[in-house]
Parts: sequence; C-alpha cells; structure tokens
Amino acid sequence: MIQAFAFYLFASLVIASGAITILARNPVHSVLWLILAFFNAAGLMVLVGAEFIAMLLVIVYVGAVAVLFLFVVMMLDIDFSEMRAGFIKNAPLGLMIAAVLLAELVLGVGAWNSGALQLGVADGASATPEGLSNTAAIGALLYTRYLFLFEAAGIVLLVAMIGAIVLTHRQREGTRGQNVGRQIARRPEEATVNVKPAVGQGVTL
Amino acid sequence: MIGIEHYVVVSSILFVLGVLGIFLNRKNVIVILMAIELILLAVNINLVAFSAFLHDLVGQIFAMFVLTVAAGEAAIGLAILVIYFRGRGTIAVDDVNRMKG
Repeated sequence: MIQAFAFYLFASLVIASGAITILARNPVHSVLWLILAFFNAAGLMVLVGAEFIAMLLVIVYVGAVAVLFLFVVMMLDIDFSEMRAGFIKNAPLGLMIAAVLLAELVLGVGAWNSGALQLGVADGASATPEGLSNTAAIGALLYTRYLFLFEAAGIVLLVAMIGAIVLTHRQREGTRGQNVGRQIARRPEEATVNVKPAVGQGVTL
Repeated sequence: MIGIEHYVVVSSILFVLGVLGIFLNRKNVIVILMAIELILLAVNINLVAFSAFLHDLVGQIFAMFVLTVAAGEAAIGLAILVIYFRGRGTIAVDDVNRMKG
C-alpha cells in the first residue's frame, strides 16, 4: 500500500517536472526542474531495490551534471526570450512525432502484454547472491565479469574531460602569469635589498 | 501491486517528453541537452526496473555505463556550446553552418 503510494508520488512528480523542464521559459528554472526529476527518478529506483544506482544518479546528475548546466546557463549572456521564437511554430510537428512515438511504445508494451513478444529470461548467472546488499553485489559483478567495460567507461570519462578542457582552454594575451624559469634563475645579487644608511653616509650601490 | 508495466509506462512518458522537448526548443541548445538527459534518464529507469523485476544485475551495471556516457556527453556538449558562444555571441542553432568544410 505505502509502496504503491510512493510509486505514484514519485512517478507523477518525475513526469510533471520533466514536462516543466522542457516547457519552462527560463533555462535556469529548467535546470532546477530537471534536478527535481532526477531526485524523483532516484526515488523510483530505490523503490525497486536499486539503491546504488539511485545514489549514483543523485551524486552524478544532481551533483555534477546539473550544476554544470547551471554554470553554463548563468555564465552565458543570452536573450532567452528570443530563443523561444519558434516555440509555437515547432509545436505541431513536435506533438505529432511525440504522439507517433508514444503510440509505438504503447503498441510494443501491448504486444508484450498479450504474449506476442517474449522477453529474455534471466539465466540467474548475475542474480543478487543471498545475503549480499545491492551495492556489494554490483561491486562483485562489476570488478570481475565487467572489469574491462568498467575501465572502458573510465577511458570515456578521461577523453571527455580532456576534450572539454582542450575545447574551452584559451591563452590570453597581456596577462602576467608566473614565470617559473625566471623565478628559479634569480640570484641574490640581482635582488632588491633593504639598506639602512647612517645619516650623512650615503649608500653604495 | 506495482509491476513492471507501471515502470515501463513512466519511462515511456519520460522518453516521449524528452523527444518533444528537442522539437519544441529547436533554437535553444541548452534545453535540447537537458531533453537528451531526460531521454537517458528514461532509459535508465527502464533498465533498472527490468533488472529488478528479472532479478538480474546486468541491467543496473548497464545503467551505470549509460550514466557515464551521459556525463561525458553533457561535458563535451556544454564545452562546444561555450566556444560557440565565444565566437558568435549567440547560441541559436537554427543557422549552425560554421562546420562546413
């Protein structure tokens, strides 16, 4: 009972916030609604017992991706009202394609429901072992059978990181950066010294 | 009782919302990227739900890889957006023709 209530709460909230994400006038609001959608999707995943992926979703999406979006939206100085000029014009085509897509999905689910479509049956080779938490079971599978895929995912992230840095890095003219070579080559003789001459003596340089 | 059909319906609606978002905000690349994130989220919900109801953990591991690709895609997409804005002063993608050879 409480599970059904929680499911309908999370499901309605994730759909509502997803709809507002694509309809909001201000992209900053879009990002915030997207964050709400991610939180509720994480709730949906907790409900089926996939707590590791749920927490990963909150950490990676809300903590990193959504904040990245927020940074970019606020950093770029864009006239967003002009951006929405084609909104009404594009609406009929978009709604039509969305309706076709939804009909296809409904057809697919209906075909599966009526038994015309057979889903693959799990062979039990990667079922959660008894007495192991979700996180431990995923770790046990990920670091053995899927080790190379896991490392490939790491390479994907590395390439994405290097790509993003290379794309956005720029060398600016006229800045006074630190010159390490000059700093190290510096000798005491060429440094400025503080002298305290007696009165009437003068200083020798 | 909540079955797999409920999850499939939710993720289908979310997927369609993401596709609709791409068409509605054709000019605004930032919202298009967010709509792609919505699509990937729908796929993830689907993978995790099937994984849980079939008692097979591979779906959850695959959802993790989808998450990885989504994070990389968002980073690269926003980086391209930033340099595009730097050169153009706008992010209207209606007339993106800088990349022609």
